[in-house]
Amino acid sequence: MIYIELFLAFLQIGAFSFGGGYAAMPLIQAQVIDKYGWLTISDFTDLITISQMTPGPIAINSATFVGNQIAGIPGAIVATFGCILPSCIFVTALAWLYSKYKNLIMLQGILESLRPAVVAMIASAGVSILLPAFFLNSQIQLTSFQIRPVLYFLGALILLKKWKLNPILVMVLCGLIEVLWTSFCQ
Amino acid sequence: MNVKKLWRIFLSTLYLSTFTFGGGYVIVTLLKNKFVDKLHWIDEEEMLDLVAIAQSSPGAIAVNGAIVVGYKLAGIMGVIVAILGAIIPPFCIITIISFFYIAFKNNMMIQSLLSGMTAGVGAVIVSVVYDMGRGIIKSKDWIFILIMFVSFVANYIFNINVVYIILIVAVIGAIRTIYRIHGKAKKI
Repeated sequence: MIYIELFLAFLQIGAFSFGGGYAAMPLIQAQVIDKYGWLTISDFTDLITISQMTPGPIAINSATFVGNQIAGIPGAIVATFGCILPSCIFVTALAWLYSKYKNLIMLQGILESLRPAVVAMIASAGVSILLPAFFLNSQIQLTSFQIRPVLYFLGALILLKKWKLNPILVMVLCGLIEVLWTSFCQ
Repeated sequence: MNVKKLWRIFLSTLYLSTFTFGGGYVIVTLLKNKFVDKLHWIDEEEMLDLVAIAQSSPGAIAVNGAIVVGYKLAGIMGVIVAILGAIIPPFCIITIISFFYIAFKNNMMIQSLLSGMTAGVGAVIVSVVYDMGRGIIKSKDWIFILIMFVSFVANYIFNINVVYIILIVAVIGAIRTIYRIHGKAKKI
């Protein structure tokens, strides 16, 4: 049943995304795109874009969005609930343990080791977003190479790293330039 | 149960969750501002540990932050109202957007806006990875560096499930921590 599938998929996303924010991205990709095919990679990229521009964590936004698209408001509620349930149990248990023992050494040791793995998986998700943007139909050949997205990408990187501009502003700028390009040059 | 206090917790997390752009780390700072500096309901040192719990648990940091604060202030009831406050805003906003998404997806203007923004999102992600990755390489901890490269190859090239990678690395982290505590005990 679709509600159970939504619940279980987002339960896994909620339970295994350590490190917040982008850390949920590879898990959402694995469940929502690769396993169930609820979204295409282009829908997923739009979702990440929308998440950047609205308040709220990527994981919660995705749960609400996918739930709505697949099974309406009840689907959104089930998916969002699945997504936060592991947090509720895990964090409340830890807060309780902390109030008893006031010691977090083990937890911090594990987290420290997870950080490099999380970076690697964010990088992996990043590559799967960028390749389809750079190459038409995701075919890595010289003939399907698209110059404009690559220019936006490089420009955005310079604005972010050199000028330290706000990420939302940089993204909107890329979007607006593309709108101007398609309106006037095509 | 103090209804006024619960209401205050709910309104605080609702407000922070509606107006905080920029992800979990920002919202945790704002929670601290509100409950430590303004309301004086939690002391600074305890808040640091609560934040550490929120950041090291799975799930969204904004939600986890709301849970620890809710639990600290009002137990399980506090957790429930804090979570509701934290998820109602994104739930409503995304539900509205999701409704329009179907209608707008085929609009040329929106399509080119989103496709242009994809390159920008890619740049934001690359920039995050660069900052985090540089910190790890700078730590010169070869086990961490190895974990980073092996995880990337395992995930991207061999398509190994993220969950398995997380579990294996967590075990490595646990073993290292036990080893470190043991080593320290020996020296003393």
